[in-house]
Amino acid sequence: MKKISELFQREKAHVAYLTAGDGGVERTIEAALALIEGGVNLLELGVPFSDPIADGPVIQQASLRALQAGITMYEVLYVAHEIRKKSTIPIILFSYYNPILAALDQFQGNFLAEAKRAGVDGFLIVDLPWEESHLLQARMVFDDLTLISVITPSTSLERIIAIDQKSQGFLYYVCRAGTTGAKTSLPIDFSKKIKKIKSVVHLPVVVGFGISDEVTVQRVLQYANGVVIGSFFVQAVAQGLNTQALKIIAQQLLGRRS
Amino acid sequence: MTATNRSMPASQYHYSLEALHKRYGRFGGCFMPELLMAPIQELTTLFQESKKDASFLKELSDLLHNYAGRPTPLTEVTRFAHAINPVNPPRIFLKREDLLHTGAHKINNALGQCLLAKRMGKKRIIAETGAGQHGVATAAAAAHLGLQAVIYMGALDMKRQMSNVMRMRLMGATVVEVPHGSATLKDAVNEALRDWSASFSDSYYCLGSALGPHPYPEIVATFQAVIGEESKQQCQERFSKNPDLVIACVGGGSNAIGIFAPFLNDPDVALMGVEAGGHGKKLGEHAARFHHAKEGVLHGCYTYLLQNEHGQVAETSSLSAGLDYPAVGPAHAQLFFEKRASYVMASDHAALEALQLLAKTEGIIPALESSHALAHLIKIAPTLHSDQNILVNLSGRGDKDLPELIEKGLL
Repeated sequence: MKKISELFQREKAHVAYLTAGDGGVERTIEAALALIEGGVNLLELGVPFSDPIADGPVIQQASLRALQAGITMYEVLYVAHEIRKKSTIPIILFSYYNPILAALDQFQGNFLAEAKRAGVDGFLIVDLPWEESHLLQARMVFDDLTLISVITPSTSLERIIAIDQKSQGFLYYVCRAGTTGAKTSLPIDFSKKIKKIKSVVHLPVVVGFGISDEVTVQRVLQYANGVVIGSFFVQAVAQGLNTQALKIIAQQLLGRRS
Repeated sequence: MTATNRSMPASQYHYSLEALHKRYGRFGGCFMPELLMAPIQELTTLFQESKKDASFLKELSDLLHNYAGRPTPLTEVTRFAHAINPVNPPRIFLKREDLLHTGAHKINNALGQCLLAKRMGKKRIIAETGAGQHGVATAAAAAHLGLQAVIYMGALDMKRQMSNVMRMRLMGATVVEVPHGSATLKDAVNEALRDWSASFSDSYYCLGSALGPHPYPEIVATFQAVIGEESKQQCQERFSKNPDLVIACVGGGSNAIGIFAPFLNDPDVALMGVEAGGHGKKLGEHAARFHHAKEGVLHGCYTYLLQNEHGQVAETSSLSAGLDYPAVGPAHAQLFFEKRASYVMASDHAALEALQLLAKTEGIIPALESSHALAHLIKIAPTLHSDQNILVNLSGRGDKDLPELIEKGLL
């Protein structure tokens, strides 16, 4: 839990999402490490699911390929563990609820502790709204894991305040309606919305959904504590870019030429 | 199974649809992405207001009567009863939802929800469909109420229900083919939800079965309860008491919960749901959730779900597109868990035989879905006797199924 708050005290979060196991576990590991070298300082590792209702075509297909390659939660934890050996950045497992429920069953009550041991710092569960999340959140706190909450343009200000008060780590602001997938601009009222949100919450706010170019990244970072690049990186990994190329696109996109 | 139901103490039966709200025991809930929580809340509020609003109820009742063709008759099928048990035939009554406009019970819910959409000022209706019956009902309701319908349908289902695709298009609906996954109902729901995530400001999601996130299971059950209410009264008129057994097919479970609803607090009435046994026992060869499934979350609700050990949703198989779905409505999950209702399965083959038998003996061609309920009745026929009254929900007509059955050489 400390690792996440320390990151935000230090700098803005440059977050990459990768679907675990698309192209094989070794491919995810090398891609993640390359992106980290390119300036990514928080990794969202997507747990593939058969019915990803919040995802657009790019992540749907990545998920499907990973499942066809036989990726399970065991492999996802292996990926996290291998990345953890070489990097200290926070790792969040990004999942739908059902694979988590199955894992809680499968690991005989030890799933969260196993995840922690593998180097996972937290979870974001797409289809677990905060009303339904209290029990799991309490169990995660016990294992020193953070359950990240989502807010959106349709979330009322009262609800955002309530979610902020009950949450930890950071808030993931889904900045537009629809599903995941690279877009080229921000919604017209983005700056107004994010300013309002920032003025009422105490947690850092990280913005994602459809962000895929350098200009948008910088615009988001003017207001927010972090930015997420998802489908764009997933696509790059699927297209077979080598690690050097992945590092360079991360550097360019995130404006972190080190 | 009847014995188990009857040995339960009466205190176990004290639920009503009013009480089956956000949770049905531990089942149900609202497991949705945060983006959709606001539109779901808006819908919940409007539904709670509308279901008590006299003008809404009057408008719906007029539509059901003058557009959909309610009330539907209760038909006693004595030749069918003799055919399945020549020695000691029970009295079998079919609730004729097949006679409704568009050919199935789905229109009850589609009209109700399209009226809700109008009240919310939404002009565009999104729906998923399996067999095509909910799609056709939504297309009809939308056309009649001046709304635009977009129907998501699995590619496999479009192929096996081409006539329903044509009907939807004829009524002005856009039918969107979903080629992903098993290309059936589950995948159509995924696409409909993705559409709704982007379009909720002007679109209404008209879910067709008693599943999905709260409040949908309750909305659909409320609009389908008319089946049971009419049936209960008709049973009184015909044989002056409740039926001994009510039997219905269960995909998501909307026709079943509709006909079960007014009998939930009547412990003398055995309730039975029949799901799709498909063509085999292995995962992927059937849609028998109660017999093979673990609990899990799909499409917003916690329920019995066919899945592998890693929590990946399993593919399903049934000759009947309308029962071809890996999860079951949460109210049924709870009725099963509390043993208030029992759930059994019928195979593709048995359903097909039941369809043919009802057609030959009574001149009624049931939908493949409803044929599953009849198939189980045939199976238990030797245990039935002539002083029993059995109510079967004939949820739809089989005309839609004939082209595919003929093409496959099954008829």
